[in-house]
Amino acid sequence: MTVMEQRGAYRPAPPPAWQLRTDPAPLLPEAEPYRVLGTDAARKADPELLLRLHGELVRGRRYNTQATALTKQGRLAVYPSSTGQEACEIAAALALREQDWLFPSYRDTLAAVARGLDPVAALTLLRGDWHTGYDPREHRIAPLCTPLATQLPHAVGLAHAARLKGDDVVALAMVGDGGTSEGDFHEALNFAAVWQAPVVFLVQNNGFAISVPLAKQTAAPSLAHKAVGYGMPGRLVDGNDAVAVHEVLSEAVERAREGGGPTLIEAVTYRMEAHTNADDATRYRQDADVEAWQDHDPIVLLERELTERDLLDEDRRRAVREDAEEMAADLRARMNQDPALDPMDLFTHVYAEQTSQLREQAALLRAELEAENEADGAGR
Amino acid sequence: MTTVAVKPATMGQALGRALRDAMADDPSVHVLGEDVGTLGGVFRVTDGLAKEFGDDRCTDTPLAEAGILGTAVGMAMYGLRPVVEMQFDAFAYPAFEQLISHVARMRNRTRGGMPLPITIRVPYGGGIGGVEHHSDSSEAYYMATPGLHVVTPATVEDAYGLLRASIASDDPVVFLEPKRLYWSKADWNPDAPSTVEPIGKAVVRRAGRSATLLTYGPSVPVCLEAAEAARAEGWDLEVVDLRSLVPFDDETVTASVRRTGRAVVVHESGGFGGPGGEIAARVTERCFHHLEAPVLRVAGFDIPYPPPMLERHHLPGVDRILDAVARLQWEAES
Repeated sequence: MTVMEQRGAYRPAPPPAWQLRTDPAPLLPEAEPYRVLGTDAARKADPELLLRLHGELVRGRRYNTQATALTKQGRLAVYPSSTGQEACEIAAALALREQDWLFPSYRDTLAAVARGLDPVAALTLLRGDWHTGYDPREHRIAPLCTPLATQLPHAVGLAHAARLKGDDVVALAMVGDGGTSEGDFHEALNFAAVWQAPVVFLVQNNGFAISVPLAKQTAAPSLAHKAVGYGMPGRLVDGNDAVAVHEVLSEAVERAREGGGPTLIEAVTYRMEAHTNADDATRYRQDADVEAWQDHDPIVLLERELTERDLLDEDRRRAVREDAEEMAADLRARMNQDPALDPMDLFTHVYAEQTSQLREQAALLRAELEAENEADGAGR
Repeated sequence: MTTVAVKPATMGQALGRALRDAMADDPSVHVLGEDVGTLGGVFRVTDGLAKEFGDDRCTDTPLAEAGILGTAVGMAMYGLRPVVEMQFDAFAYPAFEQLISHVARMRNRTRGGMPLPITIRVPYGGGIGGVEHHSDSSEAYYMATPGLHVVTPATVEDAYGLLRASIASDDPVVFLEPKRLYWSKADWNPDAPSTVEPIGKAVVRRAGRSATLLTYGPSVPVCLEAAEAARAEGWDLEVVDLRSLVPFDDETVTASVRRTGRAVVVHESGGFGGPGGEIAARVTERCFHHLEAPVLRVAGFDIPYPPPMLERHHLPGVDRILDAVARLQWEAES
C-alpha cells in the first residue's frame, strides 16, 4: 500500500448513505489553555527539564534584550523581539529531535538558537549582510521566513517527502495569530491533513498582528478550533507555561512520528514589546494591558515552581545569569565587528550557472568597484 | 538489432514520455498537481504515470495552487525533484507568491546551500477556443522574476528534450506548454529521442536572408507559415525559435539579425511590458549598426484575453506578421 492509499477510500459513499467522515469530538481543543505550572501536575514534572527550561528561557530573554540593544547601536537593521514568548520559542524547539526540521518565521530566532544555531548566524537576516546566514540542511532549520505563513506548506512538503522516503522526520512550523488569516495557512493545514503528513503547526497567539488585535483577525472560538475543519486535532496551551508547551509539543511530535498525522497547537501568549524596534505600541495598546501580563511572565511562572520545589538556590540563579551574560557578551562582541561583504556575491547564487546576461552585469559591477578602489587610492 | 518505428506523435505525448522517462531514470522525480493521477491531466499529459509509478510518485493534490507549489518547495528541500502541473495559465496565479518569494530565490537566499530543482509546467496561450481564464500568455511575469528559467517548446522533439532538460536542471524552471500545439504532430521515435538540448539555446527554424522573425512557443508555426507566404512578396525570412526566454540566447539572436539587418518579434503576449520590448531592446543594443529598420513587434493587443469567438482578431496571424515585415523600410534598398 502506498502512503497516499493509506488516506482511505477514494470513492464517496453512494446516496443516501452520507455520514460524517470523521467524528469531530476528539479533534476539539481544550476548553481553556492547558497549564502545568501552578497545578499539582507541576510537582511531578522532571526537575532536570524544569532547570533546563529555566536556563534556556533566561538566556533567551537576554538574547532578546541584547538584540534590541544592537538595533539602537545600528548593528541590526531591525529586531522583532519575542520577549514574553520565550516559553513558546524554546520549549517548542526542545521538543524536536536531532533529525526533525524547524520552519521559523522572522520572530523565531530564539527557537533556531535553542535548536543549536549560532546566535550570530541566526541574526544574519536582521543584520542585513545576507538573507540566510546558515545552511538549512546542516541545521535542519529552514530560512527565517518573512512572508507570513508561506513557510507552512514547505514544512508539509518536507515532512511528506521524508515520509515517502521512509525517514523518521517531523517538521515543526511556527506562525503567529495574524498569519492564520493567510491563505497559505489554510492550504498548508489542508494538505497536511489530507496527506497525514508528520507536521506540527504551532500558532503563537501573542495578541497582535503588529497593531491589529485578534478580534479583528478571526471570529473562530479559538485559533486551535480551526483544526477541526481540516480533520486534525487542535490543542490549546498556555504559551507562557514552558512545561505545558513542552508537553503538548512533545505529544504532537510523537503523534506525527507514529503516523498519526498533523496537529494544530495554539499557544496563548503575549508580545511584551512592540512589533519591532521600529514600531510604537503605545498607539494601539495601554501600558496597563502589558502590566497585567507581567505576573504571568514565562520566567516568573517557572521560577515560582522552582522556588516552591527548592530547586533554585542563589548559586543556581547566579550560574544561570552568568551563563546568559556570557552569551550576550559574546553576541555583542561578534556583532560589533563589521561583517565581511563581497559585492560580487550578488551574482554568485542566482542560478547554478551564471547566465550571459548576469556575467555582463557582474563585469559592470566589477569595473565600478575597481574605479571606486582607484578613487580611494588616489584620495589617500 | 530491431528497427524502431518512427511514427507520428503529438506534443502532448512527447511531454508525457519525457515525464515517464525522467521518473524511470530518477526515483526522486515526483509529479503533483490537480487531476494528474487517475485522470492523467486535463490534457492527458500525465496519462499512465500514476498507474506505472503509483500515486506516491504521481499525486492528485487538493485543488490549491499555492499549496501545490509550496509543498513542492518542501519536497525539493528534502532532496526530491518535483514536477508540478498548473492546470491552466491563469490558474497558476495563486502560486505566484510561492514562486516569486521562495522558488525563485531560495538558492540565492541560502548562498547556494538549498537550490530548488522544481519544474513548473504551465499550459499557456490561446487559440483553443477556451473561455475566460484559459488562454493567458503569462511569460512576461515569469521573465521579470530573477532566479527562474523560462522555457517553451514549439516542436514535438523539443517538447521532449526541453522537458527532460528542465527536470534535470538544478534551478527552478517555468515550463510553458503551448496549449494549441498539444495536438501538433511530427514523426518522432520515442525510443530514441533526440539529444537533450541544454536550456538557453535558440534555434534557427528556417534560414533566410531578408529579415528575422524572433518568436517562440505557439507563434513559431505561425511565423513559419508567414515565411512561406512571404516568398510570394520576394522576402526570404529567417525564423528563430527562442525556446528559452530565460536565459536568453543573445548570441544566436544577434548573429541572425546582424545577418539579415531586419527583425520582427512575434508573440501572443501583450506588447506593452511584454517580452518583445526586452527582446527588441537587446537586439537594438547589439545590432544597431547592422539594422536597416527599427525592430518591430507583432504581439497580442493590450487587452484582457478576449472571449473565444473574438480571439482570432487578437492573436498575431500571418497577415499581421507580413504587414509588419512590409514596414521594415524596404524602399531604402531599391
